[in-house]
Amino acid sequence: MEVKAPKKEVNKEGFNVVDKSVDKVDGYALVSGKPVFTDDFYPQDALTVKILRSPHAHAIIKHIDTSKAESLEGVACVLTYKDVPRVVYTRAGQGFPEPSPYDTFVLDKKVRYVGDAVAIVAAENEKIAEEALKLIKVDYEVLDSVLDFEHAEDEDAPIIHDEPEISGAYDPKHNIASHYEMEIGNVDEELSKCDVTYEGTFYTPNQSHAMMEPHAAFSYLDPNGRLTIVTSTQVPFHVRRIIKRIFGVESRVIKPRIGGGFGGKQAVHVEAYVTAVTLKTGRPARCVYTRKETMTASNTRHQMRFKVRVGADKNGKLKVIDLWGLSNTGAYGEHALTTFMVAGSKTLPLYNKVNAVRFGGDVVYTNTEPAGAFRGYGAPQGMFALDSALDELAHKLGMDPVEFKLKNSIREGETSPVFKYMGEGREGVEQIVESCKIEECALEGAKLFNWHEKRKRKRIEGTKAHGYGVAFAMQGSSIAAIDMGGATIKMNDDGTFNLMVGATDLGTGSDTILAQIAAEALHTTMDKIIVYSSDTDVTPFDTGAYASSTTYVSGNATKKAAEKMAKEILKAAAEIMKENVEDLYLKDGKVFSKNGDSLTYSEIQTRLFYTFNQRQLEVTESFVSQVSPPPYMVSFAEVEIDLETGKVEVIDFLNYVDCGTTINPILAKGQVEGATAQGIGMALYEEHIWDKNGRMVTDDFFTYKIPARDDIKNVRVYFAKSYEPTGPFGAKSVSEIGLDTPGPAIANAIYDAVGIRVHKLPIKSEELYFELVKKGIAAL
Amino acid sequence: MKVTFKVNGKSHTVDIDAGEFLLETLRKLGYKSVKHGCDTASCGACSVQLDGNPVLSCRTFTAAVDGHEIKTVEAFSNNEGLSDIQLALLKEGAVQCGFCVPGLVVTADALLRENPNPTEEDVKEYLNGNLCRCTGYESQTRAIVKLAKERRSGGE
Ligand code: FES
Ligand code: FES
Repeated sequence: MEVKAPKKEVNKEGFNVVDKSVDKVDGYALVSGKPVFTDDFYPQDALTVKILRSPHAHAIIKHIDTSKAESLEGVACVLTYKDVPRVVYTRAGQGFPEPSPYDTFVLDKKVRYVGDAVAIVAAENEKIAEEALKLIKVDYEVLDSVLDFEHAEDEDAPIIHDEPEISGAYDPKHNIASHYEMEIGNVDEELSKCDVTYEGTFYTPNQSHAMMEPHAAFSYLDPNGRLTIVTSTQVPFHVRRIIKRIFGVESRVIKPRIGGGFGGKQAVHVEAYVTAVTLKTGRPARCVYTRKETMTASNTRHQMRFKVRVGADKNGKLKVIDLWGLSNTGAYGEHALTTFMVAGSKTLPLYNKVNAVRFGGDVVYTNTEPAGAFRGYGAPQGMFALDSALDELAHKLGMDPVEFKLKNSIREGETSPVFKYMGEGREGVEQIVESCKIEECALEGAKLFNWHEKRKRKRIEGTKAHGYGVAFAMQGSSIAAIDMGGATIKMNDDGTFNLMVGATDLGTGSDTILAQIAAEALHTTMDKIIVYSSDTDVTPFDTGAYASSTTYVSGNATKKAAEKMAKEILKAAAEIMKENVEDLYLKDGKVFSKNGDSLTYSEIQTRLFYTFNQRQLEVTESFVSQVSPPPYMVSFAEVEIDLETGKVEVIDFLNYVDCGTTINPILAKGQVEGATAQGIGMALYEEHIWDKNGRMVTDDFFTYKIPARDDIKNVRVYFAKSYEPTGPFGAKSVSEIGLDTPGPAIANAIYDAVGIRVHKLPIKSEELYFELVKKGIAAL
Repeated sequence: MKVTFKVNGKSHTVDIDAGEFLLETLRKLGYKSVKHGCDTASCGACSVQLDGNPVLSCRTFTAAVDGHEIKTVEAFSNNEGLSDIQLALLKEGAVQCGFCVPGLVVTADALLRENPNPTEEDVKEYLNGNLCRCTGYESQTRAIVKLAKERRSGGE
């Protein structure tokens, strides 16, 4: 009897493991409270490392006396700028060479924000370390500072970066870290030809990542004297490279489980401090930030301002977009240029039918906490301005905003010149959109949300107003032609496979989805895939977990490796079974021949180990994408405004997402729900406030409010049927896009409810209340 | 000073510093599931049960638990497997990074003992102090409401 081999190309319906909500591979350990996070398993004899931080926003250390601290019993060392290498670098964990300026030292003679590191103390325990901090005497020469980013470029503004070593900054003498501009067509000319135009200025805040696990790392010399760093990072390979740059030593960097990152751990934070101590003392060293340090001395989202001008003809055809911005990178230029460019590159291609488009502006230094990567990476900032402006235009045209945005947005088979113009810190790449279900997202989403019926309802009743808003978004999947992921697969004689990936699971579930991809391509089950990730001595390279790249880039690398392994298995089986490779196929962890004979994977590798043409089956593959296929999303918001207080509640928030195949639907949904909550936080609550001396007053969870359980009312997530031909089993990214829409969707809903256009996030109830009073609709 | 108390049924007598908080004592004893998220009673990651009631261990003096019983998430699973709360959270995708989960499990357990039939609003109110930055809360709330229903229909 002849058994038919299954079709080569797996179609969407034919998946065995992919597109299924399998349990997370690390789920058991996480729910049972196993010691899997960095600070759960540091060496017993580790020194505790604490950082002395600057109380001034801008100052020069005239004199620093550490003698008292050093002589305190139990203090192992106190390090100042005199004791660490003077090597300029950027903390940003990016591909090399980094597009961020080199403007940072582990410790410097100059401090540039309240919280900047002044000295490193290592002691036998926390108490002694804290005692020692108090014994360090520092004489500062306090300099003028600039806290407001709109004044960073003023004539008389103090120069924040006057160090001679700085490189890669655009114009540090005028506090400009980066500058970018591009124009396609002629925006002024197009605007003058439009029937309707809108112009406005929009602000977004410096949000904190507020991941539940603070920054943490420990380091030690292994028995052979090799430096090992265990750290809560999104970028282990970049950490290894940057540590080598600073200290000139090779190291092994291991990432255990991470308690959330969201971009906040895409930089070198604690690693340099523990390394300095271990190299100085030869002893293990451990440093865990307090919540206050995590809030005040790590990274924030780049605060931005955009002046937006848009115009359309009277039929509702969008003709022109002009986005001109200013971004605040804080004291150091981490991710300065790239986050700024993403505010354009991940928003403008969505409206690809315009005749002219311009984007540009400056990224400036201020004496505030350095900004860095944060989920969305500029897109939420840009989209707040752009989508709000399009909403205005729709109203001016008397068009339903869903209809207006949909009419002008990109479709499958189309492209945008912006893809080519704008990459990350450099030119981009041309790409044709191969999967885009934005029509389904908009139309089905509107139906599920009851958009048309809701918009007929009365907006103000008694002391409450209700409003309905919509926002469109796109993102990318990896940084095209830069991000690289590697995967190694090794077959064992018990039929299991070791999957080793450089990809960094930061709670997102990437270990799980990569195992699913491997299991699918190897025709086996999840329990046969043993994942090990992010250990620079063991796993292949990966740029890291950022830029929505893991599913797409690391996923494709894993798929390539698994497919190659499948070929190796078939080849070995053909030799053992004395068959032609073409007559064999894989199914359920076995190799079958046409005549029905079969060999299990376990049998094959056992033979190869001991008796037949002996060898270890192992493959490594790498993947770099030449494109970055955008996921798309349309979100609908219903808000309720209390006219007595101005308080806004998001009572319904519906997301309809096109992320291609969902490798694991429940994890994908979790990504969108989580990003939505962070977006609601950015829209309604989260903002840092400094006192006049530059001290951040919002430094804990009482003063800096992130959404609590009670603040999130009803978030719904739907996925479009979509298949990205270049993605692993049709997948695109899903981790960041959810943060792009809450700001504009909520602001648009407020406009719909009470006719007040919000120009600044977060939307504070007291400010809204005053606007309601001005309009005469506040309930007194 | 010396303090004696039980953790997950096991008795411990420990020498503590003046003003030592329970979070530190528990982590020193090896109960690493008790997480350090803020230290200022504002995140819920350090939640444990004290005689069955959820408390924030970062602001509970160890001296105050002398003679009392503590329960941490380590007591919710054994070689046989996970408790139904843990399973429910896993199945619903309510565990992303998992850093908030030990505190969430012990608090949810107390909720379900006090109120076996909670509405979504009850869950949100009772667990409002357990912050989670990853999930957006929806999956966690769904998991707990669903579990309560299953328990009531005898699915335990
Ligand atoms: S650590 Fe106790 S509430 Fe945050
Ligand atoms: S799962 Fe990460 S904080 Fe809750």
